Amino acid sequence: MSDHGRDPLNLIITGVGGQGNILISKLLGEVMLEAGYWVTIGETYGASQRGGSVASHVRVSKRTQYGPLIPEGQAGLILGLEPVESLRMLGTYGSPETDVITNIRPVYPMAVAIGEAEYPSLETIKEGIRKLSHEAWYLDASEIAIGLGAPLLANMVMAGALIGSRLIPVEEEKFKGKLKMNFEKDRLSLNLRAFSLGVSAMREQRKTFQSERSRKTTARKK
Amino acid sequence: MIAANAPNTCQLLMGNEAIARGALEAGIGVAAAYPGNPSSEIIGTLAQAAKELKIYVEWSVNEKVALEVAAAASFANIRAISAMKQNGLNVALDFLANLNLTGVKSGLVLVVSDDPGSISSTNEQDSRHVAKTLDLPLLEPATPQEAKDMTRWAFELSEEIANACLVRSVTRISHARGNVTLGKLPDGEKRARFDISRPPYASIAATTPVKFHEKLHQTLSRVSEIYERSSFNWFVGPKQPELLIITCGSGWFYSKEAVDILSKEDSIGILKLGTTWPLPRALIERYLLQTKKVLVIEEIDAFLETNLKELSADLASGKTWTFYGKASGHIPPCGEINPNVVIKAIAEIVKVNYVSRGADYHEKSRKIVEENIFPRGLQFCAGCPHRTSFWAIKDALRMDGREGLVLGDIGCYSMGLMSTGFSQIKTVHAMGSGMGIASGLGKVSSFGFNQPVIAVCGDSTFFHAVIPALINAIHSQSDFILVVLDNAGTAMTGFQPHPGTDMNAIGASSPPVNIEKLCQALGVKVIVADAYDVKETTQKLVDLLRDEGKPRVLISRRECALIRAKREKPLYKVQINPDRCIGETCGCERFCTRVFKCPGLIWDKNTKKAKIDEAVCSGCGVCVEICSQSAIVREANE
Repeated sequence: MSDHGRDPLNLIITGVGGQGNILISKLLGEVMLEAGYWVTIGETYGASQRGGSVASHVRVSKRTQYGPLIPEGQAGLILGLEPVESLRMLGTYGSPETDVITNIRPVYPMAVAIGEAEYPSLETIKEGIRKLSHEAWYLDASEIAIGLGAPLLANMVMAGALIGSRLIPVEEEKFKGKLKMNFEKDRLSLNLRAFSLGVSAMREQRKTFQSERSRKTTARKK
Repeated sequence: MIAANAPNTCQLLMGNEAIARGALEAGIGVAAAYPGNPSSEIIGTLAQAAKELKIYVEWSVNEKVALEVAAAASFANIRAISAMKQNGLNVALDFLANLNLTGVKSGLVLVVSDDPGSISSTNEQDSRHVAKTLDLPLLEPATPQEAKDMTRWAFELSEEIANACLVRSVTRISHARGNVTLGKLPDGEKRARFDISRPPYASIAATTPVKFHEKLHQTLSRVSEIYERSSFNWFVGPKQPELLIITCGSGWFYSKEAVDILSKEDSIGILKLGTTWPLPRALIERYLLQTKKVLVIEEIDAFLETNLKELSADLASGKTWTFYGKASGHIPPCGEINPNVVIKAIAEIVKVNYVSRGADYHEKSRKIVEENIFPRGLQFCAGCPHRTSFWAIKDALRMDGREGLVLGDIGCYSMGLMSTGFSQIKTVHAMGSGMGIASGLGKVSSFGFNQPVIAVCGDSTFFHAVIPALINAIHSQSDFILVVLDNAGTAMTGFQPHPGTDMNAIGASSPPVNIEKLCQALGVKVIVADAYDVKETTQKLVDLLRDEGKPRVLISRRECALIRAKREKPLYKVQINPDRCIGETCGCERFCTRVFKCPGLIWDKNTKKAKIDEAVCSGCGVCVEICSQSAIVREANE
């Protein structure tokens, strides 16, 4: 089903209201449905238009339709558009088998923005994610998106990273085709670029990771 | 896409879209609703298909009118749907509690989306009781596919019994996406005609309402017979299960997964019911007789559980069962359920141990989350005109100094209860209730009450339920100020139009009903203010507070910042002048971020000064006025 052969594939796409995670979960879901999978997406959000935690539970299976909520400890993969939200999801849905791909750019909750609380440092967050995950990948997707002149495109960068990770059964070209159907011409090229930058950023990381891993294995053998 | 005539193709549809598609496949001609989450996308989806499929779709002024509009179509031989949330059903209930007696002509389906866990509601309420109270048939979809198929079939049932049919959804059905295989869209023209030769639709026509009530009971028996053969009820599991789970709606997926995770497929059976009122008695009896233990899984109240117990007590076999569920404490009596709730209940009943992940992981994650993560509280968006209106209200009441109070209503501005709205609001109940309470509070002065009263309502709420209460207050000459927070749309539920906007649900232009003219015609004093002009709005409020002894209206007007941002660039470029912001030495104690609390304005821990978050700031420029050092500067965008 995926590189990890999990069925169902339980993916959580998380972030903060306004970051556009519902859109990418829907587009990914459509591509997988068209590839013959049963896809269920449960969207969990509160009453807030903006600023609240928002998570999509995406469940993919060759066998059957699953329910819209992933049981505790059963997330196989968490894609975070915001680092603390990735950690929050691990707290409930994570297990030692959960992989994490997260944007490292924070969106401050009100208490932090007004100077009444401290946002944890990136090192603390990474340490927490390391302790609670199987493999974790970090990207400054917002920086990449700002480089394109559109910070809101961080979601597309992260969609690229997800597909570039090859942890879900979505082909790059199929997703690009989906973008072509969903965006007007003027916005399409920017979205495609953000997506491709995400794919290549993730591929780069995986290459480094694998070469490091093979170095370690070789070292052990010696 | 929703209007595609592509039978047997599969689409990823949200439950609400699937319901809409089911209505289209049933050949509806009319759809009407007032928005309310989690039901809003049903009519929103139909509105998108309206032009192409030549159907009529409207956002009605309130839920009662919406149901009346839909019923009218049915009387005139056109299939119709109405959709609402649980609170909306309360509004429509008076009509529905008479409509059930008169019956309908063409298929009429009312979809109610309940909100277990009150994710986007002021209450948690199980609408299914209404079906039982009013003797109307009830259906509960469990999957996205069923949401579509069941809605379509509900029209056939409605016509078969010549009465309205209820479909009950919940958040996790309405807002979940899944595979839905489409059916055919009907062709053929619809002809509307009201048959004046038939008996009137009135329970007091010719005979007494009791006769109609009696007939309703007979109809319900017939529905029960039809339900015995329904394909929306099914069973999976062994012939004689050690434990029989009976479930409906969202409980189906949770139960199925729980049994799977616990590897109990060989000993636990699941009877999934789609037809939950009236119950298919023979079918249920058949499965009950194969077991001794029954676990009932459902959301919000023990509706199915209680009805099953009642049914089992009536069965002639003399057999008894142990029932597990909400009454036994195995399932929480309120709040949302999820797969883990079901896993835990089953594990307890069949006495197995279940751990979702190692105890050490569990403990580790609890600690890490506790130390680093805090909730993201609800707040007004950057540039929200409600923030500035509440700022003006706060200042005006403080200047007035008589412990004035604010009565809230339903909308984004309910957050006036919280620090984002400076904790001004003291009551929130139903649509229009703030105005009604103001009408009453403004009349208790003879008992020594002398605090100024301000009721707030949004523009959509004004039309929905405020007008009658305002008229009541005029009639009684009650003493208060109504502040209409007019942001030009139904913002909370997704910017739907309303009678005050110049466009209707299907994008056609419509003459806006003018709130100030309406108030003037009622003979009440009306002042209009710009919500972004805090000084002027505050002054106008102060003046109105002094003008005592009668109802007064202030319209605080500014378009929702989110709607505006979709169309135009920001009004201003806002910046902090770092030379003027003297940070923590100022003595204001971070007044701008601590009190005004706009998410576009943040406190920079490193420089110890205020900072504009350019990715968030909407450029309304209002914060310029609140800094005592004039350190916030704005520059108009060309």
